[in-house]
Amino acid sequence: MTTPLYLGVALDGAGWHPAAWREPDARPLDLFDVGYYTDLVRLARSADVDLVTIEDAVGLQTSGFGPAREHAENDRTETDHAEKDRTATDRTDEVRGRLDAVVLANAIAPRVSGIGLVPTVTTTHTEPFHTATALQTLDYVSEGWAGWRVQVSGRAHEAQHFGRRTIAPFDAAAITGGDPGAQALLAELFGEARDAVEVARRLWDSWQDDAIIREVETGRFIDRDKLHYIDFVGEYFSVKGPSIVPRSPQGQPVVFVLAHQKVPYELAVAEADIVAITPHTDEHLDQILSELRDAEQSVERLAGAPLQVWSEIVVLIEETAADARTALARLNDLHGQPLASDALVLAGSPAEVADQLLHWYHRGISGVRLRPARLPRDLHEITENIIPLLDRAGVRDTAQGAHSLRERLGFGAAPNRYAPAEVARTESITR
Amino acid sequence: MSTQSQSTHPQSRQFHSTQLQATPLQRSTARTEDGRPLKQIHLAAHFPGVNHTTVWSDGNQASQVAFSSFRHFAQNAERGKFDFLFLAEGLRVREQKGLIHDLDVVGRPNTTAILAAVSAVTRHIGLVGTLSATFNEPYELARQLASLDHVSGGRAGWNIVTTSDAFHGENFRRGAYLDPADRYRRAEEFLDVAKQLWSSWADDAVIADAAAGEFVRPGAVRSIDHHGPQFDVTGRFTTPVSPQRYPVIVQAGDSPDGRDFASQNAEVIFSRHSEYEAGRQFYSDVKGRLDAVGRDRDSLKILPAATFILGDTADEAAERSREVGRLQISPQTAISFLEQVWGTDLSGYDVDGPLPATDPVEDTAGIARGRVRQFADPVAVSRAWRQQSEAEGLSIRELVISFAAKHTFVGTPAQVAETINRHVQNDASDGFVIVGHTSPTGLDEFVDTVIPELQERGVYRRDYDEGATLRQTLGLPTPVPLRAREKGMGSAAVASAAGSAAPGVSAGATTSASGDTADGASTVVLAHSAPASTAR
Repeated sequence: MTTPLYLGVALDGAGWHPAAWREPDARPLDLFDVGYYTDLVRLARSADVDLVTIEDAVGLQTSGFGPAREHAENDRTETDHAEKDRTATDRTDEVRGRLDAVVLANAIAPRVSGIGLVPTVTTTHTEPFHTATALQTLDYVSEGWAGWRVQVSGRAHEAQHFGRRTIAPFDAAAITGGDPGAQALLAELFGEARDAVEVARRLWDSWQDDAIIREVETGRFIDRDKLHYIDFVGEYFSVKGPSIVPRSPQGQPVVFVLAHQKVPYELAVAEADIVAITPHTDEHLDQILSELRDAEQSVERLAGAPLQVWSEIVVLIEETAADARTALARLNDLHGQPLASDALVLAGSPAEVADQLLHWYHRGISGVRLRPARLPRDLHEITENIIPLLDRAGVRDTAQGAHSLRERLGFGAAPNRYAPAEVARTESITR
Repeated sequence: MSTQSQSTHPQSRQFHSTQLQATPLQRSTARTEDGRPLKQIHLAAHFPGVNHTTVWSDGNQASQVAFSSFRHFAQNAERGKFDFLFLAEGLRVREQKGLIHDLDVVGRPNTTAILAAVSAVTRHIGLVGTLSATFNEPYELARQLASLDHVSGGRAGWNIVTTSDAFHGENFRRGAYLDPADRYRRAEEFLDVAKQLWSSWADDAVIADAAAGEFVRPGAVRSIDHHGPQFDVTGRFTTPVSPQRYPVIVQAGDSPDGRDFASQNAEVIFSRHSEYEAGRQFYSDVKGRLDAVGRDRDSLKILPAATFILGDTADEAAERSREVGRLQISPQTAISFLEQVWGTDLSGYDVDGPLPATDPVEDTAGIARGRVRQFADPVAVSRAWRQQSEAEGLSIRELVISFAAKHTFVGTPAQVAETINRHVQNDASDGFVIVGHTSPTGLDEFVDTVIPELQERGVYRRDYDEGATLRQTLGLPTPVPLRAREKGMGSAAVASAAGSAAPGVSAGATTSASGDTADGASTVVLAHSAPASTAR
């Protein structure tokens, strides 16, 4: 084993199947209770899952037309036609409502240690300065286990929540069909996302690790020469810096980007630590990896460590494959339509799911973000039945003792772009 | 700290208060000599900020950003049954003479993020954060505060501020876009939009009826449609009604506009009038404004900021106060204060010598940035300082200590408790926002020694009420949701309708919205018991 297989779990409400909240062992009345999420993260931590992500958006969930989940994802900036969108939002048989993911992650962090906490924050309507400092704070609170799932908000109705710009409604066909307006929107949203991540990364480095000196003789608390203006000036915003938060334990929290096509691939290649892709077949996987390599030829990488490629998969797990398919069919019936997803949906036995992960791992995937169809049920299946199979295959890093998420994921220390090379720190965190 | 405080003689301390019975009393039966029930004192714990108050050279001073510091600070305050923890906000590191200011503590965490984390290690204490209405948008901040209220079980509070200068704006998308004259208009409209969002889910919206296939009750999540000078916000909110519905609204403005804003919107005022007579005047003024808008006097608590120094004897406390003052005002810090008034480099001056003989340069606006402007008329201030230093024989450093390191309460624990109680019982305040001079242990001694003295006087809780929200802990009335506002409804009608439905908190917000956004009538419909006058 050269590098281990990393595992993330994507937390969202009662799970990724829209009818999952109706399962007998679901906890739908707890979805706005920090205790529910704490239980889930503890469960993931107990099986040494490397990180959990927390879904979020600056608007109420919509099922939209077509595949329910696709609309939440980065490539689906189609911003449903307003009328259809409104109709979809009125659907009352799906989970509606969320807590702010950064607030939730910070509330979980003191309760569970040693697992990556990766909240979703959009770059479209938010202030890059606030986003950067909130994630630094999460890094302090979790003592080095913070990450950021970067997302753009391309929906017209989300823009109306802010009233500061107009985003025209586009549908999926316009995006895939090369509609010029849709393409321009895509370029704008992801260009802005790239700038927002770049601003965050610069702010995260804007204090050198040894900036605080507490020198009584000169009366100086800091050495101001070790704080740096980032002087970012871009097309969408400018940010002067430095951060208000001293450099956090990891220095650079882990940046996670879900991507489905060329424009988001370019964002990931430029700024992400992890890019999560959505292959459905082996050929599809090879094609995506090839597209990522193309992006690497054309886009300058600004992030430090080599980019890890993870894949996404929706999992529904039962003891036998037949049971799993029956359970999925039952949920689909309840929902009135089949579960459709941007990612592969796999309803199977533990062995089937584990085999799929191992198969992709051997084809070049560094990690997998599992989206449990049902929570907490499929997370129990992951921790109790999938992970032991992966351990037995020897692909997991079972040696514990990593002191940060970066270290756990093998990224190593994050050098500070503003520090002279000879004093750049060699440890990823303070021990 | 203000220029006003120089006129008060630093040696005058307020030990000579009316003696109240110092016997243990149940709070429900504690009464003054003339038979009135004693007011209950409310206390907030201010996490030390980035100014000279914090003695970072002290051996007990720990990291200003590590979570362990916040955990200790919050848990100690909760041990002392404080009403809430209070956090300032940083949006840019301060500068002086065009350079990053390096003499005080620099750096702090993001406000909402750290309060969410503190909620995990406390159970009762309120969590009040300072958050800008200028460099945030209502939809996003409303959901962060609602989420904080959810994860804390109803303990969120919001100190609403409106920084609008270009210096802070350089870290944000819009830069310096807000005319200072519009600051309170923005704050009012921001609050109005936030309250619409916080009222847009019915209380019983989430039913999760698996059999019927209804997660939310049909019609229970309504859209808002707000259009005003500051904001255009249309759509549905993401977050169900939180335990308090609204965070407790805190405000710190002192100008007439600020006091009006507070009288209409605030539930707590963070005031700077910690001195007895000034406190009584401020208290009387603001509570009088409540009468004018039809609010109960108890629906707004006034809590001045206060520092303290304790000792086993009054003399020992006074000596410690002098020592701490010298630590708070290092030679470099003393010069830095002078430079804020003189507007020029004074680093060549001897801090143990006299003040500069020359007058300040006229425009000092640019020298200190990122902090509250403290000296409005530099020439007048400089002359008053020179006069005082000559009259009392004070050096530069001694002079600065005399106004910038003057501690509000200095004495034995019993004396300090007595003074606090005197202020509260005589309507100089409803309590205080206490700040220590070290972090995070700066309030430990206060909790160990002053709190029991207050408890024995029957004027301070011995424990929290189990499950109380922050608003309940503060003894504030429960706000009711904003009611339906019909398009085109005149502002008077809106105000009176909201007034009759909600004589407390929402009346002011509604009035302000109708005044400021009269043309952009907003529609918020709540499912519950809208009175006939506001029926949709």
